[in-house]
Amino acid sequence: MNGASQKTAFIVLVTLACLISQISGCATNGTLSGKAATRPVELYAKPGAKYAIDVSDPLEGFNRGVYRFNYYFDRYLFLPVVNSYEFITPDYLQERFSNFFDNIGTLTTVANCILQLRPTCSVATLGRILVNTTIGIGGLWDPATNFGMDNYREDFGQTLGRYGVGNGPYLVLPVLGPSNLRDTAGFIADATAFNILDPLNFENNEELGIAYTTMNSIDKRHRVKLRYFESGSPFEYELVRLAYTRFRQFEINK
Amino acid sequence: MLLRFYMRKLRMPAISGLIPASAVTLLLLLTAPSPLTAYDYPVINPYAATIVGTPTALKARAPEKIREKEMLIPPLKGREIPDVFWYQHGMKYSLAYQKEKAPLIFIIAGTGANYKSSTMDGLKRSFYNAGFHVVSLTSPTYMDFIVNRSTSGMPGVMREDAEDIYSAMKLVWSQIQQIVGVSDFYLAGYSLGGAHSAFIARLDDEVRFFNFKKVLMINPPVNLYSSMKLIDSMLADNLHEGLENLDNYFESTMKKFSRIYQQSNNLAMNSDFIYSLYREMKPDDREMQSLIGISFRFFAANMIFTADVMNNAGYIVPEGKKLSSTSSTTDYFKVATQINFSDYVDELFYPFFKKRHPEITKEKLIQDQSLESIREYLASTDKIGVFTNADDPILDRQALDFLITVFGKRARIYPHGGHIGNIDYNENVSDMIAFFVEGGGK
Repeated sequence: MNGASQKTAFIVLVTLACLISQISGCATNGTLSGKAATRPVELYAKPGAKYAIDVSDPLEGFNRGVYRFNYYFDRYLFLPVVNSYEFITPDYLQERFSNFFDNIGTLTTVANCILQLRPTCSVATLGRILVNTTIGIGGLWDPATNFGMDNYREDFGQTLGRYGVGNGPYLVLPVLGPSNLRDTAGFIADATAFNILDPLNFENNEELGIAYTTMNSIDKRHRVKLRYFESGSPFEYELVRLAYTRFRQFEINK
Repeated sequence: MLLRFYMRKLRMPAISGLIPASAVTLLLLLTAPSPLTAYDYPVINPYAATIVGTPTALKARAPEKIREKEMLIPPLKGREIPDVFWYQHGMKYSLAYQKEKAPLIFIIAGTGANYKSSTMDGLKRSFYNAGFHVVSLTSPTYMDFIVNRSTSGMPGVMREDAEDIYSAMKLVWSQIQQIVGVSDFYLAGYSLGGAHSAFIARLDDEVRFFNFKKVLMINPPVNLYSSMKLIDSMLADNLHEGLENLDNYFESTMKKFSRIYQQSNNLAMNSDFIYSLYREMKPDDREMQSLIGISFRFFAANMIFTADVMNNAGYIVPEGKKLSSTSSTTDYFKVATQINFSDYVDELFYPFFKKRHPEITKEKLIQDQSLESIREYLASTDKIGVFTNADDPILDRQALDFLITVFGKRARIYPHGGHIGNIDYNENVSDMIAFFVEGGGK
């Protein structure tokens, strides 16, 4: 009697486990009906062949989860805040903010141009900062662009790439979005360097630091036109992954 | 105005030198007085026109900021949305509205495009500028439409797609009638959306819900299947090493692009980006045909995968297999991009409808998706007009003749412009507005 009820409990448990795994879709790698598709993957996507869409992504399941999180974050927090910002702030002021953050961000470019041993890039970018900080009044305006000065964008991820460090696995970072192992390391290095240099003296002014970070994020999101799941493609995750990877490669080779 | 017919021999000279290379040339083109018979849309090569469209300086002027709302209609009643489409909660559309009572025009997007594609945006601004309320609708071939609003989940049957669009329109109207005062209803669509417009007009003449006053088709396919075959061959004929090497082609294009990207520090990502890229890359006809073929192949891959999953049809995804929000779809992308239109019709589309209507032949199914199947209606109604180009690469000679014969004075054939390349060109836009305003009255 005891044994039978144990057996029943076991069967119920297994059935439940199966149900849950089916609902979450985690364990359904195989075909349920056992019937092959008319155009089976096994026949049309050859395992050895190289496809343009392929990017090393061993953590794909996790990454897709974060991608999903980012969609909700965007929808329920980030975009409403950005929309209010756009509604409240006159376009004129939005441009001043963007210029201001760009100018400070250029410090990262200078540092990385130097690390990459590129004198033209280093000098031109330093000149940019000087012009925009002085004539452009603290970077609120961007006269350097009007003077025809080149606008380089370099970060530590690119510096690593220039010295031959590969992408590493693709990563989707919470809130920040598409990245890979190399660029994530680069991002942390740039942020750490910025904190150590502390050009705006946040160390003695914590509230200003928080305001800076918040406004910087809002300005960044305001300028990125991408909206999740508006591509009309069921393969959006793959396409974003490909675009990010290729674009970074362009930047590194530049 | 409508009497003006542009019929000239199709010209396809080499591209180099035909594209005005400087802003000065563009300015000259814009300001030079032109004889009445001349048509000055500057891109003579049909493939180039299809790809680059109209340079900004020659586009019709329209206001930057318009009064507009983005709205959502819910999925069909009882529709179960598969987990892999977890982010689909309805279908968006946009309403650009005037303060006063005004005519309302519905506009329908082309293959694989949504309500806010750049072509739709241009059309919307032009009609808004001319005093219309404008409702922009997504194409039934677009994922959001298939998942939320396509009754069969298998787009491509014109009559069914027209009914789906019509029911979406009615729902839209129920949402917006409190916001806008409407005098009359109008309808327009480009590319596949143009063909849809004709079938919707026919349906509306039976149902008499909107009573469209005038309907305009812009660069429609005449026979959907023939047009798709033409697009198929653009890819098949031009990939040097055959279709197996779609990926090699992609890689070599990327390399070319990368080289240009590295050379220029000021390749601005604005509306003339493709135009400047085109001038830098100087592609030949074969390359441009491949590019058009590939972009259609990509739209088709989106559509095929979506339709397959919605119907559990077992075409690419095995029957009964449930994909979740975290399942990889990369392999399905690889398979889907290898399928051309005629294989898709033979392997999924025709068998799907054969199962529902066992008596139907493939020829009949194909014929039903052409304007020829509603020839009598098109010839007898005078509210429908068609604008197209003599060099539109999705039309063969026979299709063009059909439009000229059936529509007569209601057809306007521009000598060049490719496939919707000239839709934003200022002369085209004023012709479009004139079609609705002069003929129908505001």
